[in-house]
Amino acid sequence: MTKKPPEVEAEKPTTGHEWDGIRELDNPLPRWWLVIFYISIVVAIVYWILMPAWPGINGYTHGIRGQSDRVNLEHSLAKLQFLRGAQAVKLTNASLEQIETDPQLQSFALAVGASIFGDNCATCHGQGGTGGKGYANLRDDVWLWGGKLEDIQHTITVGVRSGAPERTTRMPSFGRENLLTEPQISDLTQYVLALSGRSKDQPAVNRAAPVFAAQCVSCHKADGKGDQTKGAPDLTDREWLYGSRPEDIREQITQGRGGVMPNWGKRFSPEIIKALAVYVHVNAGGQ
Amino acid sequence: MVTVIERKPSPAPSGPVSAAETARRKEAGGLTHLYKPRTPIHPKLVHGKWRNVKWAMLIFTLGIYYLTPWIRCNRPGNLPDQAVLIDFAHARFYFFFLHLWPQEVYFITGLLVMSALALFLATSLFGRLWCGYSCPQTIWTDFFITIERLFEGDRNARIRMDAAPWSFDKVWRKIAKHATWLMIGFWTGGAWVLYFHDAPTVVRQFWTGTAEPSVYISFAVLTLTTYSFAGLMREQVCFYLCPWPRIQGAMLDKDSLQVTYLRDRGEPRGPHKKDDTWEGRGECIDCNQCVVVCPMGIDIRNGSQFECINCGLCVDACNEMMDKIGRPRDLMGYDTDAAVAARACGTKPVYRPIRPRTIYYAVALTSVTGLMLWGLTHRAEAYANAIRDRNPVFVRMKDGSVRDGFTLKISNRALTPQTFMVSVKGLEGATLHAPGGVSGVTIPILAPADSTRGIKVFVIAPPDEMRRASIPITFTAVSPEISATARATFQSSMEIDR
Repeated sequence: MTKKPPEVEAEKPTTGHEWDGIRELDNPLPRWWLVIFYISIVVAIVYWILMPAWPGINGYTHGIRGQSDRVNLEHSLAKLQFLRGAQAVKLTNASLEQIETDPQLQSFALAVGASIFGDNCATCHGQGGTGGKGYANLRDDVWLWGGKLEDIQHTITVGVRSGAPERTTRMPSFGRENLLTEPQISDLTQYVLALSGRSKDQPAVNRAAPVFAAQCVSCHKADGKGDQTKGAPDLTDREWLYGSRPEDIREQITQGRGGVMPNWGKRFSPEIIKALAVYVHVNAGGQ
Repeated sequence: MVTVIERKPSPAPSGPVSAAETARRKEAGGLTHLYKPRTPIHPKLVHGKWRNVKWAMLIFTLGIYYLTPWIRCNRPGNLPDQAVLIDFAHARFYFFFLHLWPQEVYFITGLLVMSALALFLATSLFGRLWCGYSCPQTIWTDFFITIERLFEGDRNARIRMDAAPWSFDKVWRKIAKHATWLMIGFWTGGAWVLYFHDAPTVVRQFWTGTAEPSVYISFAVLTLTTYSFAGLMREQVCFYLCPWPRIQGAMLDKDSLQVTYLRDRGEPRGPHKKDDTWEGRGECIDCNQCVVVCPMGIDIRNGSQFECINCGLCVDACNEMMDKIGRPRDLMGYDTDAAVAARACGTKPVYRPIRPRTIYYAVALTSVTGLMLWGLTHRAEAYANAIRDRNPVFVRMKDGSVRDGFTLKISNRALTPQTFMVSVKGLEGATLHAPGGVSGVTIPILAPADSTRGIKVFVIAPPDEMRRASIPITFTAVSPEISATARATFQSSMEIDR
């Protein structure tokens, strides 16, 4: 490389701009910078032609590639539907029992069910399906609205106290609405405890017997075993939706709380609900 | 006032300069290169015993490589009928009567250990037989040199041609040679992919452009490596890429048979005129034939060296020459350093094939082979695995019993469907439950042929407040032909009701 002789600054051309005696030299832009600049211009023009780019008054330029995130999403959804294709059709046509007994259909339904459950049901029922206080445990053999495949499918479809015409029954708030007095509620608590053999206050149990017969048997039945058509829990078992301690039971008689579950029939297609029902049924051990 | 910022060129670096930079400067000055340039080797064609062995091995090993994927072997059901197939798509390895699952990859490991030990044993006994006769690098290089000889003639013609200016004759011969090499590379890469797919199907797919990208990529890579390794790099692969020439130093000793120049007979060497006496001189006439036939470009008379692949071509060349001048054969041959030294001292050479080293290698090889055969004959046809649910860990039922959920995976490696009767041991009063209303102390599970069935299984233990929180249990899956067990733990808790 030959070394250039240093130029005398006075000989260099200037832009003619001068501020306080400082003149701007008219140096050329770096070659690499210019090249990238011109390439960027070309790329931008190509981009405008191919892709959505310029906003207009009533919309925007679409570009000849028809690129659109919304359309892409529709395509991938259609692709997903196509991928599910044959198995999804089988889900539609097969009965719930067939789905559960056929190994292939079962594993497909379980896979679909697991993802739907995780996205939608786990919020209340928990990722493992064991629920929590006020939210039903879907893993054990206690069912408020029935644990058979068809019952589960129906519950998912219409929900619970969701505004759908079915499954609207609720427990009265005996304390809050002053239907029963404070001592009556105390006695009734002892009666409920006695149903699962846990009361030590026999006189209170005796006092509450007529109250239970008048107020509770229409749903919970005379033996306290409950009624799945009304969503009334069995009071004789070890499972308590709102807690098993005496104060929990007293609180429940006072408040008459009852959960709400959305009617998923509005949101999911029937075959998805079938898969979900099979998923819940299989993981609950199946009734 | 005029202020101008002027960029000055940075001054030439002074002070210490790196070795790489020095080399680069020298190269720029035309003095030397950073790496040693390759000295072209033009091995001469030779005839003789070892050359014939090498021809036979060339045909035999290439035959195995190119033809094996085409061997068929009947298997039941929809299983592939290719005798040797590495089926990545379905994760199976088929070898005639044997078919392995990915979990049994230790058989491949065992095979590699056996190969390594066999190599150690052979090397300590007979030197680098592997390098000389059966290494793919040697085989394909030998093949490629044969092609080269076909187009460009033998050693002297090739040397003349390489030195000659470009002419039509030189151009077409070079093009034809490289085209043929590429063609062989093409078939080599092509045969490689046949081991991983059904051969007739993948050949059809290959030519109709419907094969998987992996087929084309492996094919292209193998084509190019064959061309460059066997055609362009040749002995450099052994010198610079392969670790084995360096490792063999640890296997060889003075009692290993290897291609040896019998120094005791040959020295002092020198040219010999027809009527000169043979008294007081060695039998080596310094004809250089052993050097010109050597594919590695070395002079074996300098003794054992890491470049030597023990191919014995110099032995053939020397014998040819000895026949011509009427002296006894085998001035060069398979011999040991100890024997050469013994003869030089005038004592009787002793050959010791049984040495601590060979005993050790033989024992190791026998035991590994025995272990492998035992493993292969006692290979389990069924395999079970129980993965317990983590959420929830257990569920308490309304009657107080406790239920744990498991995903039971039963692998049926047999080629027929099997119905396994599954039961659980270690938990008193336990019953099993599977989806579809299957319940009982023992439940049947159907596993299709050559596949794994995963199924949800619940273990239910009766109410027992005194039960330990964690109990080891064993699932047993028994079919009329095969069986498997899987260990797991049954979790419960003495927590009172909520």
